Amino acid sequence: MANDPIQQFEISKILPLEALGTDISFTNSSLFMVLTVGVSAAFLIMTTSGRGLIPSRLQSISEMCYEFVADLLRSSAGSEGMKFFPLVFSLFVFILMANLFGMFPYFFTVTSHIIVTAALALLVIGLVLVYGFWKNGFGFLKLFVPSGVPAVLIPLIVLIEVMSFISRPISLSVRLFANVLAGHITLKVFAGFIPMLSKLGFVGVVGALLPLGFTVALTALEFLVAFLQAYVFAILTCMYLNDAIHPSH
Amino acid sequence: MASTNTETGTADSGASGVFPPFNADTFSSQLLWLAITFGLFYFLMSKIALPRISSILETRSGRIAQDLDEANRLKTESDEAIAAHEQELADAKSRAHGIAQEAKDAARVELDAKRAAVEADMAAKVADAEERIAGVKAKAMGEVGAIAEDTTAVLVDQLMSAKVTKADIAAAVSSAKV
Repeated sequence: MANDPIQQFEISKILPLEALGTDISFTNSSLFMVLTVGVSAAFLIMTTSGRGLIPSRLQSISEMCYEFVADLLRSSAGSEGMKFFPLVFSLFVFILMANLFGMFPYFFTVTSHIIVTAALALLVIGLVLVYGFWKNGFGFLKLFVPSGVPAVLIPLIVLIEVMSFISRPISLSVRLFANVLAGHITLKVFAGFIPMLSKLGFVGVVGALLPLGFTVALTALEFLVAFLQAYVFAILTCMYLNDAIHPSH
Repeated sequence: MASTNTETGTADSGASGVFPPFNADTFSSQLLWLAITFGLFYFLMSKIALPRISSILETRSGRIAQDLDEANRLKTESDEAIAAHEQELADAKSRAHGIAQEAKDAARVELDAKRAAVEADMAAKVADAEERIAGVKAKAMGEVGAIAEDTTAVLVDQLMSAKVTKADIAAAVSSAKV
């Protein structure tokens, strides 16, 4: 049925490809990744090509994005964290644009797949681990031993800290994935009620106004979620990077 | 939302029968394309877009700082000009005051000198006049005795026809005069 709320997450092959026995087909997901990257990069590069001292409207949007992420990173990871600025900026813009593309009807939402969000989260946590050990050596392990804790409690605290560190990539990826997935399913379910009720005659049409209202409200909410989840992903990335740069609490 | 994909979509899900996001068959393709696209995006951002925006912002803040400096410099200059102007005005005022004072003093001195000269002249004339009066008076007084003696001699002669010596008359006149 066209009303199946799960169906929007189906991946369909546009160009079937296979290499070394693994499937690397160009799918609808790949298409929207390309669109996300293409549109964002084209916008950011073309609007700033004039290098206007007094920015045009579109150039100010690019500048606002830049300053928004730069302030985010600087406030949580300090000026040392600015070496990770291109990564945080790319993550923020990629997730935001992927989420916003998903808001178009019939469009595929790249971030509604756990493998994508998990890959991005593992990229961040992997970078935190590699950079943390590279910069601080074994001093990075101080991250798990907060200062000023009574000696008796240290084993317990370390255990909790390690668990919380391990759960970071899970929470980071699941938060984004689940928010986008749940939002899109809810939207689809409510939108599906409208044609179903409309078929029941006059009473049904009047009754369909309720899910219609919900759908409009949910659409607005989903736009908020689209931005908010990109923001949350970016700010958590900043905070984890801060741990790698300054491991002692 | 996905009605366009209905045929292919249902065919796929019908085949695997799993929730699409958990369908591991699609993971390899998604990971590869994510790596390609996100890698490309990261490259474009770090090599082109972000350095460009950063240079735009730096140029602007540099320009603003420069303009502010220039404005401050001009303000200082204009303050100095105003101060110099006021100083000059004050000098000119005090100079004008001095000149007026000098002119007034000079006029007063001249006036005083003239008045003194006039007064001295007048005093001299008055003294001269008084001296002449005194001379005339003394002369007149000196002549009074002789006139009185002559008159007395004539009167005595005519009234009494007696000869009185000049010396008696003079004694009588001078005793009466006293």
